[in-house]
Amino acid sequence: MARNFFTLMRSSAPGATAAAEPDRATAPPPPPNVKQDDAGGGVHLDPTLAAVRHEITEAVDMALQLRNVSAFYGTFQAIDRMTMPIPQNRVTALIGPSGCGKSTLLRCFNRMNDLIPGARMEGEIEFEGRNLLDPNIDAVEVRRRIGMVFQKPNPFPKSIYENVAFGARINGYSGDMDRLVEDALRRAALWDEVKDELDKSGLALSGGQQQRLCIARAIAVQPEIILMDEPASALDPVATLKIEDLMRELAEHYTIVVVTHNMQQAGRVSDYTAFLLAGEERVGRLVEFGPTQEIFTNPLDQRTEDYITGRYG
Amino acid sequence: MAAQAPRDPRGGPPQDTVRSLLAELWRDKLQPSRPGSGRETLTGRIIHGALFLTATLSAFVTIGIVLVLIFETVEFFREVPFIDFFGSTKWSALFAEKQFGVWALVWGTGMIALIGLAVAIPLGLMAAVFLSEYSPPRVRAIIKPILEILAGVPTVVFGYFALVSVSPVIRDIFGEDVGIYNALSAGIVVGLMIVPIIASLSEDAMRAVPRSLREGAYALGSTRMEVSLRVVLPAAFSGVVASIILAASRAVGETMAVTIAGGGNPQFGVNPLEAVQTMTAMIVQLSLGDTPTTSIEFKVLFAVAMTLFVLTLAMNIVAQWVSQRFREEYE
Repeated sequence: MARNFFTLMRSSAPGATAAAEPDRATAPPPPPNVKQDDAGGGVHLDPTLAAVRHEITEAVDMALQLRNVSAFYGTFQAIDRMTMPIPQNRVTALIGPSGCGKSTLLRCFNRMNDLIPGARMEGEIEFEGRNLLDPNIDAVEVRRRIGMVFQKPNPFPKSIYENVAFGARINGYSGDMDRLVEDALRRAALWDEVKDELDKSGLALSGGQQQRLCIARAIAVQPEIILMDEPASALDPVATLKIEDLMRELAEHYTIVVVTHNMQQAGRVSDYTAFLLAGEERVGRLVEFGPTQEIFTNPLDQRTEDYITGRYG
Repeated sequence: MAAQAPRDPRGGPPQDTVRSLLAELWRDKLQPSRPGSGRETLTGRIIHGALFLTATLSAFVTIGIVLVLIFETVEFFREVPFIDFFGSTKWSALFAEKQFGVWALVWGTGMIALIGLAVAIPLGLMAAVFLSEYSPPRVRAIIKPILEILAGVPTVVFGYFALVSVSPVIRDIFGEDVGIYNALSAGIVVGLMIVPIIASLSEDAMRAVPRSLREGAYALGSTRMEVSLRVVLPAAFSGVVASIILAASRAVGETMAVTIAGGGNPQFGVNPLEAVQTMTAMIVQLSLGDTPTTSIEFKVLFAVAMTLFVLTLAMNIVAQWVSQRFREEYE
């Protein structure tokens, strides 16, 4: 990675030295019933959490490694001790019925939950050897490295150009801005449609174009990971297809994590799939994780099978 | 499953059916009765008429005032040429040799309003940004009402405050040559007076900016300051500008504080440390004297009032235009 992860640390933060050693020893010891497995390494059944993790057979680095990640809103626990990897330069889909904690989990990855009063996260999300959930890590820096695209397109009420340039400007980008904007718009497959009207308001675009503008805006900050929270749910089928194609293309350069309600979409775009489910007490838990093909053709948990065959929720 | 109507647990018909049956039964009663539909009772008609009268009364009063202003202004311009009023900067309505150059008064008004805005725009906008983006809900619940009470302080109190608190400070800074009555002192208190307008209306506009825009900016690695100043404030632009123009029109129309603290010196100078006279203050001065209703001093009152009216009306129209023209439509 080009940038040193140390920039994520507030320099004067207490405990920075201790945390600088990316050792498992600094992480909280896992509960005895949870098996630690970084990259899969065979199927494991946790006695209580009972998450199935399929083996990852290809040689791939991990962009993120989650260990016992829990999230709370006040006293309400939204997700419970999720452990799984997010493979690098792949599309990982988070699927599951409404209220299973998909979005909450996604918002842990870039610390968006910090913005919600009373929200709290536990566990560890390892990113380049550091724990993203460490309170000493500057959430603003995290969000510069891990971008996000939202459910409803939310371009700023500025020109198309300024929308894309925004993130680069606030990050003090000093290079050729025109080129950066063009590059980002090209990667978001929007350049040809807007190149003659970059001064037009971003709000004047169609819904699908707005969403691609938001993707371009995220790309312009040059993140390593792009999180997408149901990015096509507000779009028509044609626009949806474009976004899906785009996700496949983006996976060459970026790690993509996408939350989706739509199982066909997960099947079409993702390399890996995590199935989440909330039980009676509405606490979201990981049920099964693995290569998308495995999850869809050979689910090991009955609940996964029920869900992907449409017998659930 | 969610699409199905909830069923009565005892196996009765779906609640939707019950509701539609009820609606059927009550349809006649629920029809709003229109005047002249024959269904309205006598009491209903009386109430209807009374409400209509009260609603139109204020409109008639406004029209009446404007008509009086126009007639008396026309009277004035029969005696004094147009060019003497709008073509001169010398005002001496109460002297033997009368001069009616209204620009002296417009200038005084403008200077006070500009000083007021120079105070109120930074203070008001900072307060709005703090309340909308930074303050915890509990702090906001305390501060905002207090700020709005500030708008309810009688303006005569502000005038007095200018004399006893602000002017002495100005004299401390700029020396004893500065009079106790000066434009700066009056302008500062006018500024304090209109801070609540800017703060409150701008804050409303900023809070109306959808949460999704803030999230979008945060997700790009913006700090709270960058979100506030680069996304929320520009997105609330139309509301903010409208609040500033409204505050300016209030400053232009402000009377009591500037009458007390401005000093009654109609002049066309740029020094804010000298006494000035605004249009409003001049109207007070002329109305309080024993001016006969047939005299030219009496008639010039209306010409000045008309000028003031047109000025504030124009500002209100501009404020409306800005807030509509630059409003961003969010879903």
